[in-house]
Amino acid sequence: MRYLTRRTLTLAGCIAASLGAGSAMAQQKEILLGAQCDRVGPTQIVATAYCPAMHDYAALINSKGGIGGFRIRIDEIDNNYQVPPAIEAYERHKQMGAVSYLIWGTPQALALKPRLEQDRIPGTSPGFGSAAAADGKKYPYVFPIAATYWSQGAAAIDFAKRRLGGNLKGKKIAYLYFDNPAGLEPLPVIKDIQELEGFELRTFAVPSPGVEMGAQILDISQRYRPDFVIAHLFGRAPSVAIKDLKRAGFPLSKVLGLVWASGEPDIIAAGGFALAEGYNTMQFAGVGTDYPVLNEIRAMYQKEGKPVPPAMETSVYYNRAILNTALHVEAVRIAVQAKGGKAPTGEDVKAAFERIKDFTLGGLLPPLEVTAADHEGGGWVQVFTIKGGKFVADGPWFRAYRDVVQKHLAAAH
Amino acid sequence: MFYRESGVFKTSYAADTALMPLPNTRIGAALAGVIFLAVLPMVFGEYGMSICNLILIAIVGAIGLNILVGYTDQVSLGHGAFMSVGAYAAANLVVRMDMPFWVAIPAGGVMAAFIGTLVGIPSLRIKGLYLAITTLAAQLIIEWTINHVPAISGGAQSTILMPPPEVFGVVLKFQWQIYFFLMVFVIIAMVGAANLIRSRIGRAFIAIRDQDIAAEIIGINIARYKLYAFAISSFYAGVAGVLYTYYLGIANYEQFQLTVSIDFLAMIIIGGLGSPLGPVFGAIFVTLLPILVRRFLETFGGYFMDYSTLAATIPSLRLAIFGSLIIFFLVVEPEGLNRLWRKVRNYFRTWPFSY
Repeated sequence: MRYLTRRTLTLAGCIAASLGAGSAMAQQKEILLGAQCDRVGPTQIVATAYCPAMHDYAALINSKGGIGGFRIRIDEIDNNYQVPPAIEAYERHKQMGAVSYLIWGTPQALALKPRLEQDRIPGTSPGFGSAAAADGKKYPYVFPIAATYWSQGAAAIDFAKRRLGGNLKGKKIAYLYFDNPAGLEPLPVIKDIQELEGFELRTFAVPSPGVEMGAQILDISQRYRPDFVIAHLFGRAPSVAIKDLKRAGFPLSKVLGLVWASGEPDIIAAGGFALAEGYNTMQFAGVGTDYPVLNEIRAMYQKEGKPVPPAMETSVYYNRAILNTALHVEAVRIAVQAKGGKAPTGEDVKAAFERIKDFTLGGLLPPLEVTAADHEGGGWVQVFTIKGGKFVADGPWFRAYRDVVQKHLAAAH
Repeated sequence: MFYRESGVFKTSYAADTALMPLPNTRIGAALAGVIFLAVLPMVFGEYGMSICNLILIAIVGAIGLNILVGYTDQVSLGHGAFMSVGAYAAANLVVRMDMPFWVAIPAGGVMAAFIGTLVGIPSLRIKGLYLAITTLAAQLIIEWTINHVPAISGGAQSTILMPPPEVFGVVLKFQWQIYFFLMVFVIIAMVGAANLIRSRIGRAFIAIRDQDIAAEIIGINIARYKLYAFAISSFYAGVAGVLYTYYLGIANYEQFQLTVSIDFLAMIIIGGLGSPLGPVFGAIFVTLLPILVRRFLETFGGYFMDYSTLAATIPSLRLAIFGSLIIFFLVVEPEGLNRLWRKVRNYFRTWPFSY
């Protein structure tokens, strides 16, 4: 007993010491971006490349002298894809003085919305979160800054239309989705477009955790026999879908995965690029390893004499993190400029986000234009098809059915 | 410690049934009151208070689960779902009918109690692991229902934005304000649970836990008391769900999934099943430990690796350390942190003249 108490006390002492030391972190001439990243939870398939990329981009900016004399620091805390730890992490970043926030996860984005507004810190949720947040008037401090699920759903129908010869009348489309709020979100938009275009739509729900969908796949490939499949899946589910569709003999060229069913890890887990030949993926950041900014990061590593990190071998999630971080840094740059070189507040960065345009990093970002009303930046996506073992762009950036999306945005609350 | 207890000199029923019969306990409770109601809010800033708030909400939920699992021995994996029932009931009342918090919180609890009682009906025939599976089914059914019924969930995102509570005309915005708001419910929950267990109902729960056949033979209506246990436990869960909703400003069922139910089970097991303070210790432990472990790693990990390696290592290491510490504490004290606390307390009770 006595032995145990002593040991417990030692442990408590160490923890107390670490708490005290943790507060001596704020340094001068530094701008802090708070980031949540989830390297161990259900979204780790994304995080493996995403999280290191954020730090790589910040290091690149700092190696070039930072922004107006300020170093950019990204502090990362994992949230295990749960809301309470996300709130705790956010409160900590707020206390540390973060002026801008990289959110992780849809429920977390929803839970942080009122806090971001109250604390006047802009937060980004590229490709996830609530689609209604694209409306900057109703969600002043949330920036999807990439196509929301509504825009993705609309663009997916447009892509299907082009693939099916420009007319969807009488065509059959299957919507295979993860049965959670994020998976359901595009449906109202897709149903509205269905009325416009006159195609037939059937939905196939995949229950959580999404690793078992044999029945749905058989239903699609043997019974319904659609002309096109839109797959809106997350985590391990996309790889299972690709594998099962292939096994059922369904042509993958008639399948489009929305943005979280579109990474290299999904393809590799499904059995590799050779198996997934023809599969279409929707992207909100460019795919490929030869964008100028990526070359600069590689050059930075070579100059430091370090090996290029393995995360850079993949480009889907890595590039998305570059997009997200770069937009934050760009907003900080505009804010510092507007303040005449002084450190910006969250409010300044928010205003700066709303002035971002013509910032594409050599095609890695879409031609987005963020305004006070449109926090989505236009809702651009690009489709990359798997051809000959790699992602090949299937045309330029595009968006579609903006009037339908706008109608839903106006009706949202 | 400077006080000696000896003999039983109680002269009235009131003294005999006092919640805190020993002066030591009363002094301790008063001290705890001063620390938690005055010192903590003065010492901690917004961030510290936000952690306290998460702990307070977890305490309410854990006390509720302890009544069901710890005192009545009915294993439940549906606690998170009951919380979501309370959360959505309250959110709908507040948003659609503009109800104040003192209606929304009990209403959320009552709704959860109603659903909890329904879920408890199988417990009349089955027990143990089998019951755990039926409550697991309830968890999944409730999740599915909320996700697919827009009348409950308020649309495709299954999300209802909740305005902050308003007390006597003051909108609670700051963490310390919410802290005192939550503290009221935690105190009610703790005193309520402690008194419940000393009552006829609580003794019936314990009798059912210890030997249900014997309990039936001595005249306890098992069916009724098992359903009571489910109802009371889910009422607590519902209230915790409403408090979560008020705290986060949002009702979203993805915050109340199976992992949450398991977290709460972990809390009461680590804290000590069937003890009044166990859920409190468990809630503190499970909420605080990951945060402390991260702080610890951030501080000392910096000596061994650069930031980007550290950032990649911490999440995995934190889970590993968190898991090992749970195993460690359960191995050294299988009866939970409450037992550890009692050992320490008893040691100091006779200190320094222990012989």
